[in-house]
Amino acid sequence: MPTLIRWRDGVASAAEDPFSRIDDDQAVPPGDVIVSLTRFHAEGDRLLGQRRQVGVRVAAAEAVESLAYDLPRLAVVALDFPKFRDGRPFSAARVLRERFAFAGEVRAVGDVFVEQARFMIRCGFDAFEPADATAPEQWTAAGGRFRHVYQRAADDRVPAFAHRGEA
Amino acid sequence: MYRYDDIDGDMLADRAAEFREQCRRRLAGEITEDQFKPLRLMNGLYLQLHAYMLRIAIPYGTLNGAQLRALAHVARTWDKGYGHFTTRTNLQLHWIKLRDAPDILDELAKVGLHAIQTSGNCIRNLTADPHAGATADEVDDPRIWAEAIRQWSTFHPEFSFLPRKFKIAVTAARKDRAAIRVYDIGLRLHRGEAGELSFEVLVGGGLGRTPYLGSTIRRGLPARHLLSYLQAILRVFNRHGRRDNLWKARIKVLVATLGAEEFARQVEAEWEASDKAAVDLPDTELARIRAAFAPTGFVTLPPVSAAFEAAKAADSRFARFARHNIKPHKRPGYAIVDVSLKAPGETPGDCSADQMDLVADLAERFSLGEARVAYEQNLILPHVKLGDVPDVYRALAGAGLATPNIGLISDIIACPGLDYCALANARAIPIAQAIARRFADPALAERIGELKIKISGCVNACGHHHVGHIGILGVDKKGEEFYQLTLGGSADDAASLGAVLGPALPADRVAPAIDQMVEVYLRERRGPERFLDTYRRTGLAPFKEAVYADAHQVA
Repeated sequence: MPTLIRWRDGVASAAEDPFSRIDDDQAVPPGDVIVSLTRFHAEGDRLLGQRRQVGVRVAAAEAVESLAYDLPRLAVVALDFPKFRDGRPFSAARVLRERFAFAGEVRAVGDVFVEQARFMIRCGFDAFEPADATAPEQWTAAGGRFRHVYQRAADDRVPAFAHRGEA
Repeated sequence: MYRYDDIDGDMLADRAAEFREQCRRRLAGEITEDQFKPLRLMNGLYLQLHAYMLRIAIPYGTLNGAQLRALAHVARTWDKGYGHFTTRTNLQLHWIKLRDAPDILDELAKVGLHAIQTSGNCIRNLTADPHAGATADEVDDPRIWAEAIRQWSTFHPEFSFLPRKFKIAVTAARKDRAAIRVYDIGLRLHRGEAGELSFEVLVGGGLGRTPYLGSTIRRGLPARHLLSYLQAILRVFNRHGRRDNLWKARIKVLVATLGAEEFARQVEAEWEASDKAAVDLPDTELARIRAAFAPTGFVTLPPVSAAFEAAKAADSRFARFARHNIKPHKRPGYAIVDVSLKAPGETPGDCSADQMDLVADLAERFSLGEARVAYEQNLILPHVKLGDVPDVYRALAGAGLATPNIGLISDIIACPGLDYCALANARAIPIAQAIARRFADPALAERIGELKIKISGCVNACGHHHVGHIGILGVDKKGEEFYQLTLGGSADDAASLGAVLGPALPADRVAPAIDQMVEVYLRERRGPERFLDTYRRTGLAPFKEAVYADAHQVA
């Protein structure tokens, strides 16, 4: 099982991952699961009716909008980075948080690179499966390198222009 | 001009510290070159043929004296004593060591300079009209809006890993000096009858392997909504731009594939669904930025200067300089002075540390502390009193910076080409030098008039060859450097892409071919026609005939 890093209040920590990731050709075991978007569209209602937490793994090319009506019932949306340079999940995370006010976990999976921590956190990711087994301390450092931000995003950081307005 | 406040300063310091840490991790082998590459690119650090190249951002091409001196200091201390101003108004240093890069960034940060987002698949350093704040031809200072975009786009969490690089240019003038139609986004500011400001938004221009001129997708965008509208464009691009093919990843391909109308519809839908108020700057912040660009230090002068007129009458060389390197200023008695980085025999855009120091001194003594970089790879002193122009001219001439050739045949744009760049197929600099030498006689150049030659060493088109009146593209033919000529391109208001003249020529035939085409033009032109006007009237035929006549005889 990959290490799971959680981000809470400016600090990263290692966490137990209660979710099993289920491939499309695999039978769904008991317990909390993360399934593909395709499988969720086919079996989501059944899985959600089984007293378990359900997460959905969304590929970079898939639209998170197709989950709009299901989001309140989902515990996790896992956004896949096929390559760390593929920036589509950053947009997907902001749409989940800002447009749909999704309150569950937004998890970065795939080619997850610690040097992108600050971007991911600002876009609303709060859990990470690092591709290179980086430690929580490295995530805390990478996520906290900047004292200011210039724009609003999906986190609660106050942009420079708002601070200036107070002065 | 805008001066960085404590917050802007902290941002640079934090970025320099972050990059120092990333360099340390790379040198320690904790991250791979594949992982490090986009990180260093976002900080303007390229691995080139001979060494690392550092591309330093000059946001909207505006510099103060202290900044120019810092650039000179960096060039002297960590490079070979000179730098190269680019078509994106950045400064490139071509002989940098990776281990020195963090120290250089610390040094630059002291004067509010940096290399943030001068490369990589992110929103790049902004360009704007180099005459901003000095020309009577503008409805507002476009740098106010460029600075707003600079801040918004800096370390943008959503748009730092786009399908491909992304460039934005802003103008507020009728005459386009920022080439906005060849940008990913070109912005033109308009002022309505009641004084309200709005943007015309062009998207999908670009040069490179498949050149396009941008399409207008929005007119009348209220200026206060600029940032939320940009967010909508960037989000549509980030989600739907192609990522499977490097050559089809620019927004121009997405716009061309969808059609400008459908692209615009998707942007409008995204924009309507977004929380505009969260993204757009409050009026107070726009007012703060506006105040920073407010003109200060101008004095009331008569429109005519006796000293300036006397100098013109006394010295024909100064008179020629005045004809070509001086543009009208919005204030009576002031002039915009072009500083040519195109002395015959020199590399277009190159500037020595000593020359930078001199221009810094002149900016402080004679130009209200400001200098500019123009995308044509020249410098500008934007606010010079007419009566001071003779002194400025003498100082520039003493440093080889007063070549009276702005807009003329030897004012050539050239990329670094195969002399420096790992991507190039052919050299660009020696071609530019050969042409400039051939037309070194200033009287001849003046008789030919406006003629813009632009040279790129490969299809990436950093030298803008598609929009040169004469464009020259270096190609590789079985290991030999050849050059394909195009005619009729233009980057200004009536923008157009050049048409291919004929088969590519070997290096030693390029300057003679330019000569032959100039002869055709001088023979064919009617009245005040520029080269471009004559070409547009006659078409390719007479030019092609002249250049390839020998080939026909052989065949």
